Amino acid sequence: MTTIPTSAGTTPLLSLRALSIQFEKRRSLSDTLARRPQQVVSAVNGIDLDVMPGETLGIVGESGCGKSTLARLIAGLHRPTSGDIVFEGESVVGLKGARRRAYNRRVQMMFQDPYTSLNPRMTVRDTLREAISVHRMREGAAIDQRVDELLDLVRLPEGAAEKYPHEFSGGQRQRIGIARALSLEPICLVADELVSALDVSVQAQVVNLLIELQDELGLTVLFVAHDLRLVRHVSHRVAVIYLGAIVEIGPSEALFSRPMHPYSKGLLAAAPSLDPDARRRAPALSGELPSPLAIPPGCPFHVRCPHATELCRREKPALRPVGAGMTACHFAETIGDA
Amino acid sequence: MATQEKPVVLDVRHLRTEFGTRERPLVAVDDVSFQVAAGEILGLVGESGSGKSITLRSILGIIRPRGRVAGEILWNGQDLVPLSEAQLRRIRGREIAMIFQEPMSSLNPLLTVGLQISENLVAHTDLDARQRRARAIELLDLVGIPAARNRLDDFPHEFSGGMRQRVMIAIALASNPKLLLADEPTTALDVTIQDQILRLIQSLSRDLGMAVILVTHDMGVVAETCDRVAVMYGGRLCEIGSTADVIGDARHPYSLGLLRSIPRDVAPRTPLYSIPGAPPALNALPPGCAFSARCPVAGRECPDLRPKLEAIGTSRLVACHHLEDAQAHFGPREAAQ
Ligand SMILES: Nc1ncnc2c1ncn2[C@@H]1O[C@H](COP(=O)(O)OP(=O)(O)OP(=O)(O)O)[C@@H](O)[C@H]1O
Ligand SMILES: Nc1ncnc2c1ncn2[C@@H]1O[C@H](COP(=O)(O)OP(=O)(O)O)[C@@H](O)[C@H]1O
Ligand code: SF4
Ligand code: SF4
Ligand SMILES: [Mg+2]
Ligand SMILES: [Mg+2]
Repeated sequence: MTTIPTSAGTTPLLSLRALSIQFEKRRSLSDTLARRPQQVVSAVNGIDLDVMPGETLGIVGESGCGKSTLARLIAGLHRPTSGDIVFEGESVVGLKGARRRAYNRRVQMMFQDPYTSLNPRMTVRDTLREAISVHRMREGAAIDQRVDELLDLVRLPEGAAEKYPHEFSGGQRQRIGIARALSLEPICLVADELVSALDVSVQAQVVNLLIELQDELGLTVLFVAHDLRLVRHVSHRVAVIYLGAIVEIGPSEALFSRPMHPYSKGLLAAAPSLDPDARRRAPALSGELPSPLAIPPGCPFHVRCPHATELCRREKPALRPVGAGMTACHFAETIGDA
Repeated sequence: MATQEKPVVLDVRHLRTEFGTRERPLVAVDDVSFQVAAGEILGLVGESGSGKSITLRSILGIIRPRGRVAGEILWNGQDLVPLSEAQLRRIRGREIAMIFQEPMSSLNPLLTVGLQISENLVAHTDLDARQRRARAIELLDLVGIPAARNRLDDFPHEFSGGMRQRVMIAIALASNPKLLLADEPTTALDVTIQDQILRLIQSLSRDLGMAVILVTHDMGVVAETCDRVAVMYGGRLCEIGSTADVIGDARHPYSLGLLRSIPRDVAPRTPLYSIPGAPPALNALPPGCAFSARCPVAGRECPDLRPKLEAIGTSRLVACHHLEDAQAHFGPREAAQ
């Protein structure tokens, strides 16, 4: 269990306990005829994690490692196969009815492209009105007043309320998505690739807004992104995921300036540096993420790890305190200093 | 601008590509000139809609629907602009190959990967069936597909996104092209796979003398991979020069703004620099500097008076009326990284 206290508080807002989910792969007719066994995708494999109130937890890892699945589990869009999700001291797995709705209101998921989740035939005002009234956040005239407040909060220009989604740029649409999420007065935002589709020059606008709102409203944010520089910039802590499990977690600055796990090292080194003198001829990390249909035994990273030994192929390393954070590697101390 | 000793293979002069009617044209690429030498990697950066893909498509002569291309595209001295479709087809895919932005849409889902490579070899080489098979394995091997021999009979959907992109590169390389046009070949990929593919393109260029135009919106990719870089905005070039000059010591307000908005050497969670506003639509470009609506140092004349690309030092051109103001506004930070 990760118990690194942050300045924001000591009782976690959200705890994941041995959280796992497996998807059964759809069988084709030929699979059935050939009596091939049912294949199982292990997308999230025993994640233990405490999220502190007010913190931004960055989540990074290669495509397919389980980041979105984890985000969707937290947002209640998937039911875990095993393990538990505890929010404010109470399990939220299997919540139903009004209590499910209350949780979903307080923990809001934001998607990469709000365009697909915004109704193209509704003005921004109608979209926000609908969200506010469905959840009875305000009544009567207070609804429109709240709409104006929200648009002001996400710094959309005057007159934006009467426009349709297609009349906005990508960055502005992303802000409408944020306004809609905030209309439900959440305590926790799960941002999955929130700014990934935006141009660099516009990304900064949205990230600035997110940080500002978070400080202003005391929000807790799970920030899933593949841009490591951005994650470093916004996160208090960062978790590195490999094949559905945390391989390293720690304070953002410490993790980025001195990664301890060989996978974190490779991932960070692969990110393009702006320094033309830092050019490399050989790739930082070879191979690809193995299929989650067949997770390697022992340390799941051993097939790509330059430091792998017999022990690594046999025994799965546990996540344990190393340096400023926690790392799941048998040899973190010796490799970390290399 | 050809400061390198290697011979210039591609010389683009005053390229202009427009869509729409002749009366009210939408100009996607406007007066763009640059050169690429053998064995050189030129980066083409800019935000989405700035005209990067259209520039590449213009070179290849595949501007659809009904785009109009003007200017000169000199390929080893021969102008490609007036060539017929039949003449272009002989150059396309053989001497000049392109990797498109979306790998899945340019691979045929119904054909095995081996057949798709083979098709290209039939079209552009004299190899017989057995030689083609050997060459296909060699190519898949070259782009780092493990157990290449066993994967020739697999269909595109049986490969991961990164592998499909490599298959695309293998197909593009089948004819030993002298120029590779790579349109955001790694944008949809992980940094780890991106890194592998960029190192591959780099070594092919170095070892085979292949010229490359690499379109990207990531300044980091440019810094790590390109010899020279051209920065595009609103269909025009704002700055072009050696990577060291443009990344290490940018001068154009747009290049400076792009670099400044990338978080580095800033305290965590402090506001990042951001370029105000959004890129202009093609039908709303001013007659003068395309960047004037968002430029922090724009002067009164900028929206009306188009700045020309002018040399600064020996290996870079910049198009801006107020270079000193830009330096003062952004400070020496970008220069001293
Ligand atoms: N509903 C599902 N059914 C079957 N497999 C699934 C399902 N959802 C996700 N997976 C698989 O689970 C693994 C993790 O997927 P996930 O979308 O969480 O990855 P990610 O880390 O978000 O990747 P990316 O960076 O590409 O967004 C993948 O192998 C994916 O194919
Ligand atoms: N067939 C077309 N008809 C009209 N406009 C087009 C067409 N294709 C591209 N454009 C426009 O040309 C501009 C440049 O596009 P493109 O080169 O694809 O940009 P990018 O730099 O993102 O690759 C954009 O504004 C785009 O909308
Ligand atoms: S446990 Fe072994 S294989 Fe796994 S990361 Fe550490 S050294 Fe590499
Ligand atoms: S100062 Fe003028 S010419 Fe230079 S980039 Fe700004 S608007 Fe364009
Ligand atoms: Mg995802
Ligand atoms: Mg493009």
